Amino acid sequence: MKFDTPAGPNPSDRGRVLGQPRDRIDGPLKVSGRAPYAYEYHAEAPGAAYGWILGASIGKGRIARIDRRAAEAAPGVLLVLTHENAPEQGEDSDYAAPQLQGPEILHYGQAVALVVAESLEEARAAAALIDIAYDAAPGHYDLAEERDQAKLPESGQTPPRTDVGDFETGYARAPVTLDVTYTTPDQSQAMMEPHASMALWEGDTLTLFTSHQIMHWAQEGVAATLRMPQEKLRVVSRYVGGGFGSKLEVYADAVLSALAARLLGRPVKVALSRPLIFNHTTHRAATIQRLRIGTEQDGRIVAIAHESWSGDQESGGTAEEASSQTRLLYAGENRMTRNRLATLDLPFAGSMRAPGEAVGLLALECAMDELAEKLGMDPIELRVRNDVGYAPEEGPAKPFSSRKLVESLRVGAERFGWEKRTAPGLRREGRWRIGLGVAAAVRPNLAQPSQARLRLDGQGQLTVETQMTDIGTGSYTILAQVAAEMLGLPLEAVTVRLGDTDFPKASGSGGSWGANSSGAGVYAAAAELRGMIARKAGFNADDAVFEDGGIRAGNRRIALADIAGAEGLVAEAGIEFGDLSEKYAQASFGAHFCEVAVDADTAEIRIRRMLSVAAAGRVLNPKTARSQCLGGMTMGIGAALMEEAVVDRRHGLFINHDLAEYQVPVHADIPHMDVIFLQEEDDKSSPIKAKGIGELGICGVGAAVANAVYNATGVRLRDYPLTLDKLLREMPAAAA
Amino acid sequence: MIDDAHAAPRRQAPGSAMTSEASMAAGSAAAPRLDLRLTVNGKERSLRLDPRVTLLDALREHLRLTGSKKGCDHGQCGACTVLVNGRRINACLTLAVMHEGDSVTTIEGLGTPEALHPMQAAFVRHDGFQCGYCTPGQICSSVAVLEEIRAGIPSHVTEDLERIEFGEAELRERMSGNICRCAAYPNIIEAIREVQEQGA
Repeated sequence: MKFDTPAGPNPSDRGRVLGQPRDRIDGPLKVSGRAPYAYEYHAEAPGAAYGWILGASIGKGRIARIDRRAAEAAPGVLLVLTHENAPEQGEDSDYAAPQLQGPEILHYGQAVALVVAESLEEARAAAALIDIAYDAAPGHYDLAEERDQAKLPESGQTPPRTDVGDFETGYARAPVTLDVTYTTPDQSQAMMEPHASMALWEGDTLTLFTSHQIMHWAQEGVAATLRMPQEKLRVVSRYVGGGFGSKLEVYADAVLSALAARLLGRPVKVALSRPLIFNHTTHRAATIQRLRIGTEQDGRIVAIAHESWSGDQESGGTAEEASSQTRLLYAGENRMTRNRLATLDLPFAGSMRAPGEAVGLLALECAMDELAEKLGMDPIELRVRNDVGYAPEEGPAKPFSSRKLVESLRVGAERFGWEKRTAPGLRREGRWRIGLGVAAAVRPNLAQPSQARLRLDGQGQLTVETQMTDIGTGSYTILAQVAAEMLGLPLEAVTVRLGDTDFPKASGSGGSWGANSSGAGVYAAAAELRGMIARKAGFNADDAVFEDGGIRAGNRRIALADIAGAEGLVAEAGIEFGDLSEKYAQASFGAHFCEVAVDADTAEIRIRRMLSVAAAGRVLNPKTARSQCLGGMTMGIGAALMEEAVVDRRHGLFINHDLAEYQVPVHADIPHMDVIFLQEEDDKSSPIKAKGIGELGICGVGAAVANAVYNATGVRLRDYPLTLDKLLREMPAAAA
Repeated sequence: MIDDAHAAPRRQAPGSAMTSEASMAAGSAAAPRLDLRLTVNGKERSLRLDPRVTLLDALREHLRLTGSKKGCDHGQCGACTVLVNGRRINACLTLAVMHEGDSVTTIEGLGTPEALHPMQAAFVRHDGFQCGYCTPGQICSSVAVLEEIRAGIPSHVTEDLERIEFGEAELRERMSGNICRCAAYPNIIEAIREVQEQGA
C-alpha cells in the first residue's frame, strides 16, 4: 500500500479497540518473568558455552603484545580469540562491526579478546590472565579544546548547515538580542538489559538471539561482518530490555558469539558486562551550543542562529545535530544553523532518545526563557508570538500537517496553574525556594516502510507476524489493537509475534517511527485480509462491515471463523510512504511544565510537579503512550539534573562506567506526573493518523526543569547537568 | 539438555552434578565444586556449584529460572532482586553457596501468567513496566517493601519510628534501589499502593 494522499475515513477510526487504554498483552509474561530476553534462550540454544569480552584499557594506540597462553590453559576454557587468531571479517561500515581485526585501538573499551569457557566464572577468570602490553598514543578527548578544529560533516540525519535570509544583518539590526552558549555532557542510554547474544549454527545457517531495535539492521550488520548471505542468518529479538538508541548498532557480543559458536561447533552466549557497556557501545555526544536570537521590542524574532559542536571518532562521523529542531520551532526571516563535528578519540557517538532535539532544546528553550525575561514578557507569550504554521526555513508552501504548539502551551498553563509563577527568587516555602518553568517540545515525525503478515484461522483467531520490535514501547499491544479494530475482532482474538527476521520486514524501533509505521504496515495487511475475506464470502469489500468476529452487509452476516475454514487465510502486505512528508512539514508538538523546590542552604533540587501536554496525532493506546511520556520526562529530568558520562581526559574514557556512578533518576527523584494528550488525527501522517511520541516526551523537559530552577533561585546555569556544586556557588544567601 | 525456559525447571536428583560441570571438570585443574541444597519457589533443589557462582547465576544459568534479571551484576540496579527467607536481596551480590538451606522466592514463584500474584496483576493494570527487564526485581521489591513497613522496619525517610506510614515518600525511598530506565516509577507506586490498600 502506497500512502501518498491524505487518509480519508477508514476502519481504524472506529475507536472500539484502537485508541483505548488497554493493558499490555505481553504484560502477564513480563510480570511473571516468563518473557525471554536475548541471554535466556536455554531451550532453543541448549548447552551454550559462555563468552567473556575483554575491553581495551587505553583510549588510543595499539596492542604491542598480547599473550593468550595462560588463558587458554585455564580451567574450562574452550577458546581464546584475539586479533592474532580471530577470523577475518567484512569491512567496517555503517552496519558491519568487525571485531579483533588488528592491533590498533581506536577507543577505550574496544574488544581486544574473547574468552569462551564452560562457565561464566571460568571465562571471566581466564580473561584476567590475558597478558597485554599497549603502546598508548596521545588522544583528543576534550571537545572544548577541539572546537576550533570542528568541521561541517558531509552528511547526517539532517543537513549540517542551513541559511535563510541574512542572519548577521538581521541580528545586527535587531533592537533586542541574546547571545548565549550552553553545554551538555556526554550521556549514556543505560537501558536495563545489557547487550547480549546467543549464537546457534545449524550447518551454514546461523540463528542469533540478540537484543536489537531494528531486526533488518542487525541482520545486515552481522551478515556483512561475517561475510555470509543474509538469508542464512536469522535474528531473533522477541523482547528487548530497553534500547533508547543503544541497540541500533551491532557490537562485539553479536559478532564474537557468532564467530566462536562457528569455531566451536556449539552454541555460545555473550553479554557485555555493565562496566564495558559505557565505553564499548555508543553514547550521546557532548555538545557546545551557541544561540543568538534577535527580536523586535514586541518579541517577534527577526534573526535566529543555533550552532552546535560535538565530537566523534573520525570513522564514526556522527554529529549530535543539536540545532536541527531550531529549523522547525519558531518564526523569523533571517536564520542560520550549523551542526559541526570535531574529531575525538572517545568511544563512538551514536543515537540516544531524540538525538539532536533532546539536547538542542536544552539550549534553545532556556535561551527563549532568557529572552522572555530580557523582553519583560511571559515565556509562554513569547513562544505564542513566534508560532508559525509552516516550516520556517521553507515558507508557507510547506505547511505543517498539524501543529498544536500554542494549544499545548495554553492547555498546560491552565492545568498547571502557570499564573502562580512569580518573578525569579521570590517564592519561599520554609527552607525551599519554589520555581515554575516551561518549555516547548517538538520532534519530527518520521516514517519507514513496514510489512506484516496476518493469518486468520478456523477458530477466528488472528495472528500478526512482523519483524517489528517491542522495546518497551507497547508494539505488541498496539499492533494487536490495529489488527483487532480492522477485522472487528476482540483484542483477545489476536496474537502478535515480533522480533524475528523470519517474519516480514518492518520499521523496527527508532526515531519514534515505530508505532505509526508498523501500525500502518499492519493496517495495510489487514486491508488486504479484509478484501480476501469479503471476496471469499461473496461480499463487496467496500460495503461490508467487520464487527463482532464476523463480516456483515445488510442483514447478511458470516463469522470470520467460518470464512477462514480449516485452511485459514493469510495476507501479507505493507506500507510505503510517498511524498506527503515533502509536501507537509510533519512533527509532534507539546509543552512541559515543571515545579521545583530548591533547598535554600544546600541547593538540593527536588521535582515537585510536572505536566506534559502532547499533540502527536492519534494516540493508539493512551495507557502505553502515557508511559512513553513518563519515561521521556524522567530521562529529561535526568539530563537536567544528574546524567553525565564524565570524561577522564588523561586516559580517554568515560570514568563513571556503571549504574552507581552514572546517575539516572530513581523512584525517590520522581513524583507523580501528569500527561495530557490533545485530540489530534493527522491524516497526512499515515492511514492510522498517528505521529511519533516516544521521543517527544523527553524533548524540552530538561529546559523546563532548568527554567524552573532559574525561577526558584534567580541563578541561570548554562552547563548541564545542573548539579548542586554549580548551583550552590551562585545561590543567593540563605537569609535572602 | 533440552529444557523449556517457559516451563518449570527439571528437578535435579539430590547431589547430582549438572552435565556441563561434569564434562568441564575433566582434564584441567578446575575449581572445587561445592554441594548446595536450597528451596526455590517451594521446591527442594540440589546443585553442585563452582563457589564463584552467584545466587543470581545459580538461578538463571543452572536452574534456568531466568525471570530474575542481570542488569549490572554489581548490586547497583536491583533487577536481580529475589526474596531469601522472606527478605529481599540482590541475588548478584551473594554467592549461591552461602545459601545452604535457605528458601528463595523468585518472580516465577510469586505467580504465573495464568495465576498472577496480586502485585503482578497490579503492575499490569497500572502499566508499571515497559521493556519488562527491571520488572521482576521491582515486583519482588514491592512485595518485600510492604512486609518491611508492616514489620516496622524504618527507612531513611521514616519520621515516626513507632508508626510507619505506607505513604508515597516511604515507598519511593524503599524502592529506590530498583532502577527503571523506562521510568515506570509513578505507575509502580500506584500499583503498590493499590495492593497495599486492598490488603489492608
